[in-house]
Amino acid sequence: MKPPPVMYHGPDTVDEAVRLLAEHGGQAKVLAGGQSLVPMLNMRLTAPARLIDVNRLDELAYVRTDLEGVRVGALARHADVERATHAFEAVPLLRQAVRTVAHPTIRNRGTTVGSLVHADPCAEMPAVLALLDGEVLLRSERAGERVVKAADFFVGPMESVCQEDELAVEAYFPKPKGRTGTDWREMSRRTGDYAMCGVGTAVRVDESGGVTSAKAVFIGMGPVPSVIDVTGAADWTAAAEHAADRLDPEDDIHASAEYRRHLARILTARSLKAAYEAVAP
Amino acid sequence: MSDKLVGRPLVRKEDPRLLRGDGRYLDDLGRGALAAAFVRSPVAHARIADIEVEDALDVEGLVAVYTYEDLPGRVAEPLPLLIPHPDLTHPRTPYCLANGEVNHVGEAVVMVVATDRYVAEDAAEKIRVTYEDLPPVVTIDQARAAERLVHEDAPGNVAARSVQTNGKGDAHEAIAAAPHRLALDLQIERSASMPMEGKGVLAQWDPDDRTLRVHSSTQTSTSVRLAVAAKLELPPDRVEVITPDVGGGFGVKIVHPWPEEILVPWAAMTLGRDVKWVEDRREHFISSAHERGQQQHVEVGFDDSGRLHGLSVEIWHDNGAYVPYGIIVPIVTSTQLLGPYKVGAYRVEFTSLYTNTVIVTPYRGAGRPQGVFAMERTMDAIAEYLGLDRLAVREANLIQPEEMPYDQGLTFQDGRPLIYDSGDYPTMLRMIRELVGWDGFEAERAAAAAEGRRIGIGVAAYVEGTGMGPYEGAHVKVETTGEVVVSTGLTTQGQGHYTSLAQIAADVLGVGVGDVTVITGDTRRFKYAVGTFASRAIVTSGNAVAVAAGKVAEKAKRIAAAALGGGIFPEELELVGGTVRRREDPETSIDLRTVAVLSNPLRYAFDEAAKAATQFAAAVGTGDEPGLEATGFYMPERSTFAAGAHGVVVETDPETADIKILRYCVVHDCGVVVNPRIVEGQVHGGVAQGVGGALYERIVYDDAGQLVNASYMDFLIPFATEVPHIQTAHMVTASGVNPLGLKGAGEAGVIPTSAAVASAVQDAEGLAVRRMPISPSELYELRKLWKSRKEQVSA
Amino acid sequence: MSEHLHQVTVSVNGVTRRGEIPARRLLADFLRMDLGLTGTHLGCEHGVCGACTVLLDGVPVRSCLMFAVSADGHAVTTVEGCCDPGGELGPVQQAFQECHGLQCGFCTPGFITTIAAYLEENPKPTEEEAREAIGGNLCRCTGYQNIVAAVLRAAEIKREREAPHE
Repeated sequence: MKPPPVMYHGPDTVDEAVRLLAEHGGQAKVLAGGQSLVPMLNMRLTAPARLIDVNRLDELAYVRTDLEGVRVGALARHADVERATHAFEAVPLLRQAVRTVAHPTIRNRGTTVGSLVHADPCAEMPAVLALLDGEVLLRSERAGERVVKAADFFVGPMESVCQEDELAVEAYFPKPKGRTGTDWREMSRRTGDYAMCGVGTAVRVDESGGVTSAKAVFIGMGPVPSVIDVTGAADWTAAAEHAADRLDPEDDIHASAEYRRHLARILTARSLKAAYEAVAP
Repeated sequence: MSDKLVGRPLVRKEDPRLLRGDGRYLDDLGRGALAAAFVRSPVAHARIADIEVEDALDVEGLVAVYTYEDLPGRVAEPLPLLIPHPDLTHPRTPYCLANGEVNHVGEAVVMVVATDRYVAEDAAEKIRVTYEDLPPVVTIDQARAAERLVHEDAPGNVAARSVQTNGKGDAHEAIAAAPHRLALDLQIERSASMPMEGKGVLAQWDPDDRTLRVHSSTQTSTSVRLAVAAKLELPPDRVEVITPDVGGGFGVKIVHPWPEEILVPWAAMTLGRDVKWVEDRREHFISSAHERGQQQHVEVGFDDSGRLHGLSVEIWHDNGAYVPYGIIVPIVTSTQLLGPYKVGAYRVEFTSLYTNTVIVTPYRGAGRPQGVFAMERTMDAIAEYLGLDRLAVREANLIQPEEMPYDQGLTFQDGRPLIYDSGDYPTMLRMIRELVGWDGFEAERAAAAAEGRRIGIGVAAYVEGTGMGPYEGAHVKVETTGEVVVSTGLTTQGQGHYTSLAQIAADVLGVGVGDVTVITGDTRRFKYAVGTFASRAIVTSGNAVAVAAGKVAEKAKRIAAAALGGGIFPEELELVGGTVRRREDPETSIDLRTVAVLSNPLRYAFDEAAKAATQFAAAVGTGDEPGLEATGFYMPERSTFAAGAHGVVVETDPETADIKILRYCVVHDCGVVVNPRIVEGQVHGGVAQGVGGALYERIVYDDAGQLVNASYMDFLIPFATEVPHIQTAHMVTASGVNPLGLKGAGEAGVIPTSAAVASAVQDAEGLAVRRMPISPSELYELRKLWKSRKEQVSA
Repeated sequence: MSEHLHQVTVSVNGVTRRGEIPARRLLADFLRMDLGLTGTHLGCEHGVCGACTVLLDGVPVRSCLMFAVSADGHAVTTVEGCCDPGGELGPVQQAFQECHGLQCGFCTPGFITTIAAYLEENPKPTEEEAREAIGGNLCRCTGYQNIVAAVLRAAEIKREREAPHE
């Protein structure tokens, strides 16, 4: 399982990378972490003519936290996001979710932004971006910089709106407003496998502990991460029921569609409760 | 006080080299060799209409492309049927390269040779094969229905049909006449050995010497040698096969010759260049071998205490597209099914069926897991029916120690009678009862239930025939340096032979383990062997080493007696601490290395040791051969039977149906143990594979015969987080068949796991588990099914 | 049409190594084929088994999922580099032998590099932490139990060796 021949570019600056994409975009793939791309190359499931290796773009290797939220540069590894204490304090959901991505060794190389662009419906970080109403910053020679909101970013399985000549340079994970508790849980066959069902929840409460907002996002349950608003449900079980009814999972060799929906009911109720208890007085 | 090395948990001699990264696995060799790759069929069943290679010829670095048309003489004939059997009436074996038709996804169609593997794959990708699809047979049900055939000349898709009875009466009559009877339908899904290192072959042809040297990641270098020599029409003594370090076998590497083991040497001879082929993981999934897939129907008749009066079993065995290894697996299932029990009148019938899938050959356990599953699920069903304790029902059927040796009345896979030589099954069950906490479990269950948790306990027992023949041999030599070199023909894939066989030799020769070097699997060093499989290596080679070392010890005493003079008889001498010395008077001694020098009287001195040898006159007597060395063989008259019992406690999540193993206990009897540390490691590894087979691993084919999960992402080998802590307890009933009292241990861990886990899940859930593996999703579906059945019943 | 070759300079086990290789040459193959360091093994070539794990600037990565050209200018540590400077077995390697943590040895190099890096970060793991730490590497032979023991023993040996001498 050796990859096919490819022409390789290793730009040293973001400008250079963007210029290369402008010139070769249609026949090039961006190589960041490579944890999803290289297996596909090794299996010859994809054979781009060119690779644009962005691993030298040190200027994009950052995880920055401010009052608004966390900004993750394109070269920040999942492991960097996992470890960043300031990021965890501002947006706990980031660490809650990223530590369930594959195994530590994969997280040492795979990038969070790369995972967003890859848009695997079973991947955790796109779902986190969706739940938090995050944004992706794209840069190209053609269009300069544009910001795309999460709701518009994922258009289909393995398909984001990042164009052939665009480089995703940053992802923005906003801090949830008010007193919001979050939770992430998933059930997979083996530890580190793609989840049969994964759910992230955010529950906002007022000073007396009344729920003012409750949302859940799912992975492995549809073509793109689906965020479902369950505010106003009678209880967490009803909320989970409501969410599960709106999901469209498929059968695969690891789990039946019905089982996945069943898991969604169970895990969502547990997750909402945990998210609530994180902030309830 | 015992100074004996046998029985000591010594650390392994071979480890430092491997730990430093100095292992020499197949792909580490042959740095200048050309690389081979294959175009393999992407379809399950088809005629080959056309093969176009033109585009591949443009690839820089391509050296050669071969199709079936290019193959000469015997290479163009089908691969051999290794183990014929009178019941195997319609055997079919593959060609090295597909001859006009393909019968499974992955079958080799074209071989490409190039400067490296990257280039070879580039060229392979450009070769276009046109297939005319034929309807595939994928499942056992489809094979049985036989609306389509895999092979036109194998009616009903039947390769073999076989019936055995144990001569204790008519089973159906006994079942009908018994006070109670039950029927069960069971199923085990296909899995695979999956060693971390795939197969590989390196071939080097010396045109001056006209000799062929082949390295292969195999479990039987001696048989590969004979097969290669036969196919390439070379005299056997012009072919040598060496097994390098092997990254696991687990059965899949006993099959031989693989097409590649013939084609790569042939290409090397044809091209006059070294050629190497190293299988990648996808290739391993689609072109090596799988195992385990069976459907079973059991009928049993029994009395009020659960004692069996009659047992009738029908098995439908999926053997894949071809049967190069014969019908060993279903034969093993049929015979080892009986386990430690007396079953009354037994009848077993199996049908081995073709499907358009990868071939099925032994995978650790080799049919035993399926047999134990049938027997142990039946025992549990009897217990449930009668409202008796599951262990009590088993105990009621056990063969008692005083009944040993016990003739089960069947013919085993080695063609010999299935006679258990020794074993103490009642003690074994008592031990597992205690180790797993059987008697206190209801209290445990109640405590868990109070916390809303659901747990269950299960047990399964097995008997395993080990150490089968025909033979193994060993050559032992004491060098003039004092080093002892032991060569045996069978192979090693991590079982620690370099240490355990050294322990045996060292004990006989009175030296340290550090003084003994063991060489395995090299036909240049030892040419007569069968191979490493079926838990036979330590039994057969261990005993052969003891025989050979014993001869060397006797010769050493003879020579030493003569050299020491003073009328000492050889019987007065013993080998201790690297010397040969008088038992009564240890000061009277001579170094073993000096004896080695004396054993070879030389005319010419070319080093210090040789100088000493020229000084002594005829210490080697007339009629003796020079050299302190000897060859010995062990030819077992029949298999020797190991046994064990596993106890498992599982927890099932009432909501998510997740299944976790809380406790895993093993009681294990492999006779006299050479190295307890190595044996325990073998048990751990087997249990991990067993857990895989019980809860995770399943080879999945779709309706078109495509292997859906041909990668480690979707074929779920357990990680450390999925394998429980394993508690092991040993007991010893020495083998009644071989002088050292050894029984095999290699497969023990994997044999009863599915049965024990199924038993525990059933106990936790109160529903019948008849199919393995079981996943949370499947448990969820099973719960729904049982719930609706209960509702129907009460409606 | 031959492939363009790229110059790479990588520090491997503390020694500067150079190569001229196609871009698609995987780091694992560069180490094995071009540098003759065959201790790093390929078990799956899709990132799951972990036999190919090496340290990139001290951090475990799958060398089957990296191109050698991406490692240009970086430092790589392989199993061969996990020995002590004098050539003796390092703490992890020694622990593996003591605990019978390897059988066929094929997966072992990936475990050794992973564990060596892990113990730098977490020198005193519990048994559960140890099991989780090795949870991303496949072994088909050992059932993992002795590898878990080896992690704990390696931590001990490290402490013994790093203890100040009297």
